[in-house]
Amino acid sequence: MNWEVIIPLLVFMAVVFMIGFWASRYVYQRSNFLQEYFLGSRELGGLILAMTMIATYGSASSFIGGPGAAYQEGLGWVLLSMSQVATGYFVLMILGKKFAIMARKYNAVTLVDYLRHRYNSTLVVVLSAMSIIIFLFSAMAAQWVGGARLIGVVTGLSYTSALFIFAVAVLIYVIIGGFRAIAVTDAMQGIIMFVGTLVLLVATIIAGGGMGNIMSDLAAENEMLITPFGAEGDLTAVYVSSFWILVGVGVVGLPQVAVRAMSYKDSRSMHRALIIGTFVTAFMMFGMHLAGTLARPIIPGLEVADNVMPTLAMTVLPAWLAGIVLAAPLAAIMSTVDALLLMVSSAVVKDVYHNYINPKASVKKIRKVSVGVTAILGVSVVLFALSPPELLITLNLFAFGGLEAAFVWPLVLGLYWSKGNRHGALASIILGVGSYIVIYIFAGEPLGQMGPFGMHSVVIPVVLSLIGYVIASIATHKKVMQTGYV
Amino acid sequence: MNDPRFKIANREALIGVGLALFNFIWWYAFAYGLGSQPVADYDFIFGMPAWFFYSCLIGSVIMIILVVFMVKFFFKEVPLNEKGDESS
Repeated sequence: MNWEVIIPLLVFMAVVFMIGFWASRYVYQRSNFLQEYFLGSRELGGLILAMTMIATYGSASSFIGGPGAAYQEGLGWVLLSMSQVATGYFVLMILGKKFAIMARKYNAVTLVDYLRHRYNSTLVVVLSAMSIIIFLFSAMAAQWVGGARLIGVVTGLSYTSALFIFAVAVLIYVIIGGFRAIAVTDAMQGIIMFVGTLVLLVATIIAGGGMGNIMSDLAAENEMLITPFGAEGDLTAVYVSSFWILVGVGVVGLPQVAVRAMSYKDSRSMHRALIIGTFVTAFMMFGMHLAGTLARPIIPGLEVADNVMPTLAMTVLPAWLAGIVLAAPLAAIMSTVDALLLMVSSAVVKDVYHNYINPKASVKKIRKVSVGVTAILGVSVVLFALSPPELLITLNLFAFGGLEAAFVWPLVLGLYWSKGNRHGALASIILGVGSYIVIYIFAGEPLGQMGPFGMHSVVIPVVLSLIGYVIASIATHKKVMQTGYV
Repeated sequence: MNDPRFKIANREALIGVGLALFNFIWWYAFAYGLGSQPVADYDFIFGMPAWFFYSCLIGSVIMIILVVFMVKFFFKEVPLNEKGDESS
C-alpha cells in the first residue's frame, strides 16, 4: 500500500461526503422535491454551472483514454482533442436563454419533460426515456469499471474492493444529496482536475528537459509523432474533423449536459459560465492530451497506453503530489458517473413513473420513490460492473453518439424552428438511433469507430436524423396545423 | 411566441454558431495548412511545431478572448422567469 498516494484520495472522499450531507438538508427543506432533487431548484451560479458541465462531460476518456491515445499517436491526437474546446461555449450559447426560458415556462425538470411539452406525444416521451435509460445505464457501468481499475492501480487493492469503495463513495452523496450535491462536488472535482492538469503538464515539460528537447526526441523516434497525421499517418483530416460532431458541437444533444442548461439561476450566471467554461475546457483538454504525448520520451515503451497518466504522475512527481494529481481522473470519473446515475433515475421517476404510472403521487411518495430508484439503479449498475456482460460493453461504445443522433435535432430545432413537430421528432429519433446501430453493426470498426466516407460513425446518423426531422415536419405541417396539434 | 427575449436568444445562438465555425476554420487551416509540409521544413515556436502552436495553442487563446468579448459586449441579461418576473 502506498500511503502517501492514498491519503490525499481519502481526504478527497471525506470532503465529497460532507458535501452530500450538506446538500441533503435542501432536499428535505424545499417544497418542490422534484425540482430540487433533479435540478437543484435552478439555483446554480456561474462557477458551479461551468464546472458541473465540464466535469459531467470530461469523463474517464479525457483523463485516461485520451492521454493514452495521445501517447501512441502524438500531436495529431492532441489536435483531435482540441475539437472539444467548442463544447465550452457552444452548448450554453445554442441552448442558451431560449431553453432556460422554455424549460421554466413548461416547468420541465428533465430533457424528456421539455420534449413532452414541446411535441405533446407519448411516443416521443417513451422512446426518449428508453434511449436515455438503456444508453446511459451502459455508459455508466463502463465508467464504474474505469474508476475501480484506477483505484486498484493506485492503491494496490483488488478490483472488487476498489469497486466497493468507489461505489459507496458515489452512491451515498448522489442518493441523499441529489443534483445540488452533484453540482457542488462537480465544482470541487473540476477544480482538482484543473490543478492536476496544470501540475502534471509543468512537471512533465521539466522532466523531459524542456519543450524543444522533448519535440526533438519525439521527432527522432518517429517524425510522424509531431505531424497532424498520427504515428502511422492514418489520422486523415476528414476523420479528425469529424470528431467535431461527436465531441464538439454534437454534445448539445447529450441529455446529461443539456439538463444543466436549464439549471442556472439567471442570465448573469450563464454569462460567467460561458467564460469560465471555455477557459477551463480549453486548458484541460490541451494540457492533459499534450502531457500524454510529451510523456513518450520520459516513459518509453508503455504496453498499456491507458496507464500513461498514472505512470507519468508517479514518475515525474513526488508521491504526495502524485496522490493529488491522481485524484483528478478519479474526480472526472465520479463526476460523470454521478450525473449519469441521476439522469437515469430522473428518466425513470419523472418521465415514466410520474408521467404515466402514478401522476397523482404525493410529495412524500415521490421522495421515497426517487431515493429508492436512485439507490436500486446505483446498486444494480455496481453489480453489472463486477462482471460486465458483453452487450453492456458494446452498448457503451455507441452510447454517446447514439444519444446525440437521437436528441440534437428534436432539441435544437424544437427550440428555434416553429414548424418542427412530433412527426419530425419521431423520425429524427428513430432514424438517428437506428442508422447508428446499423452502421455500427455492418460498417463500423468497433474500436476505431471509423464509419462510412472515412468519418467517425456518428456523422451519417446525425445528418440522417436532420433530414428526417425536416422532411417529416414539412410533410405533416399542414395536417398538424388543421388538427391543432403542435 | 413574439417574446422580445427570444430575439436576444436567437441572436446569441447565432453568435454561438459563428464562433464554432470560426473556431473550426482557424483550427483546420493552421493544422493542415502548415502541418502538411515535410517535417524537415517545419518551423518551431517555443519548441512546438508551428502548425501545432498556431492551431491548438493560439487557437484556444483566441477563442477564449472572442468568447469574453462577445459575452461582454453582445450578450444581454434578461429575466428567465415567466413575464420577466425575477422572483421564483
